[in-house]
Amino acid sequence: MEAFTKLSGIAAPLRMINVDTDIIIPKQFLKTIKRSGLGVHAFHDIRYNEDGSEKPDFVLNKPEYKNTCTLITGENFGCGSSREHAPWAILDMGIKCIIAPSFADIFYNNSFKNGILPIQLPQEQVEQLMKEAEDNPDAPLNIDLEKQTIQRGNKLSFDFDIDPARKHSLLNGLDDIGLTLEKKAHIVEFETKDKDKRSWLYK
Amino acid sequence: MPKDTMPAPRTLFQKIWDDHLIHTDDNGSSLIYIDRHLVHEVTSPQAFEGLRMTGRKVHHPHGTLAVADHNVPTTDRSQGIAEPMSRLQIETLSKNCAEFGVQLFDMMDKRQGIVHIIGPEQGFTQPGMTIVCGDSHTSTHGAFGALAFGIGTSEVEHVLATQTLIQKPAKSMRITVNGKLQNGVTAKDMILAIIGKIGTAGGTGYVLEYAGEAVQSLSMEGRMTMCNMSIEGGARAGLIAPDETTFAYIKGRPMAPQGTEFDKAVDYWKTLHSDADATYDKEIVLQAEDIAPTVTWGTTPEDVLPITERVPAPSDFKDKAKQKSVERMLDYMGLTAGTNLQDILVDKIFIGSCTNGRIEDLRAVAAVAKGKKIADNVKHAMVVPGSGLVKEMAEEEGIADILIEAGFDWREPGCSMCLAMNADKLDPKERCASTSNRNFEGRQGRGGRTHLMSPAMAAAAAITGTLKDVRDL
Ligand code: SF4
Repeated sequence: MEAFTKLSGIAAPLRMINVDTDIIIPKQFLKTIKRSGLGVHAFHDIRYNEDGSEKPDFVLNKPEYKNTCTLITGENFGCGSSREHAPWAILDMGIKCIIAPSFADIFYNNSFKNGILPIQLPQEQVEQLMKEAEDNPDAPLNIDLEKQTIQRGNKLSFDFDIDPARKHSLLNGLDDIGLTLEKKAHIVEFETKDKDKRSWLYK
Repeated sequence: MPKDTMPAPRTLFQKIWDDHLIHTDDNGSSLIYIDRHLVHEVTSPQAFEGLRMTGRKVHHPHGTLAVADHNVPTTDRSQGIAEPMSRLQIETLSKNCAEFGVQLFDMMDKRQGIVHIIGPEQGFTQPGMTIVCGDSHTSTHGAFGALAFGIGTSEVEHVLATQTLIQKPAKSMRITVNGKLQNGVTAKDMILAIIGKIGTAGGTGYVLEYAGEAVQSLSMEGRMTMCNMSIEGGARAGLIAPDETTFAYIKGRPMAPQGTEFDKAVDYWKTLHSDADATYDKEIVLQAEDIAPTVTWGTTPEDVLPITERVPAPSDFKDKAKQKSVERMLDYMGLTAGTNLQDILVDKIFIGSCTNGRIEDLRAVAAVAKGKKIADNVKHAMVVPGSGLVKEMAEEEGIADILIEAGFDWREPGCSMCLAMNADKLDPKERCASTSNRNFEGRQGRGGRTHLMSPAMAAAAAITGTLKDVRDL
């Protein structure tokens, strides 16, 4: 996984609440057996017309937001299915950070596993960032994970919270499986004890 | 025992958690043991690929069971799958399972079916287990008092490689439904009413424990329907304490413990209930008699109403953002505020899914449809059994004949139009009475309009051609 340290670039406002995983990546694109290449299909139904042309009013189709790397959006982002295709598609579009008042659990989890930073902020702060992104699309939004800060021009600057373990993995691009396998002795010890207690599970 | 040495009271969630905790890091993240892992074709290819690329093996192949369900055709399968992408995905699953030593029910296996139906049906799902699957409706298995939740593909890979997951303890919420459900009101209505009350994000960060007389009197099937939709309330997991109903359901199933091992297991399972004075982070109480047959009118599962009501207006909601989304929803759903719900005509019926594709659900549909015909305006009424074994049972009981006689289309098992990934889907603007779990925009086909409801209510819609209060039939 690629490490995430700092990010600076265009932020796009997606003014919707409850953006579900079917909106992020509709099921017809889940037939892939790869992780890459989903970006062109991200937000398909709200992004493209029936004939495949772009809907001009969808925020990420607007020329000023073409190079978006941060998405600012409404509450409960990523609700619905567990499909990791959702963060894969978003990442494949070049978006590496999502800012919202709240996220659905599984999506939130999946984001970290792919080097995407989901930032949860109070509603009023999200609203300020959203408004700024609408009013001044060209001004870059700067995110510093080490310092846990978001800053825009010299007007807006917020701190954000993040779980220390997740921060550490993201900053260093660490692979969870590798970390867990280092604890193999603990796992084997657990299984040995558990076999006495719940023998029927190991037949 | 003197008071100060008494163990602190624990919830069911805490008991299962404690029994699976392997290790906790200084930063508070915990490694927990995963007993059972279910795998399907859509969320697993990249996980197996990851193992292959890193030269890792499956840690405990017997803890995993795989099945093809999301993409399989629900018509005659003897000719294979026509759609090349779907075919590749299903072939990839077979190849991966063979290579890594994982048991698979393939498309032609009689035991094949929706992943959350076959786990319980085989006795693979048991109380007190931790169960995961790359699918959000894994919460279904919580009906057995198992801690069961959906995971992403990276985590699927993690479980395959280590039989563990890195987790944080969840907060706990108890939802108690006292009293008795009225006639014609089912587990589905109860869970829709609960989601209507807590909202689609109300359960975020929580494990929900369902309790109270109305929950305890449910069959295992009803309990599965409730736990299944916990995720629709934002919770990754739902739990119901196991009891005699649970043990009786499991006994004798092929993958359940047998003989003295079963007795030993039951002794352990009996310890799996929240202690009397355990505390919860949040408590919600409902009265069963207050719940009517319930349907959704919008495009999230919290947009529910009793069938006796009318379509709401944006101004009925306080929150600005919600008002805006209600406007969008009414437009998408093609509904006008103030319309009587029972005047809404439907085009299609979908009976099936991991929420309501079990034998009891099909019995409920047959009870309403027996001796009747589907309405003329209903273009297609599909019945998709949850598994090959459910299908067989329904055929033996004569349910299939009753439904075919009434004009329903009797199909092969799979996810089908619950997510419309195969050929089964709604056309734009088609309105569907569906027993599934999600009414998101485009869920059952681009532009399709879904109303979620119980099997009996969907049967009533099939017969009358409109959303209908099944109690009036
Ligand atoms: S039936 Fe629907 S909800 Fe259940 S596993 Fe299949 S697609 Fe998911």
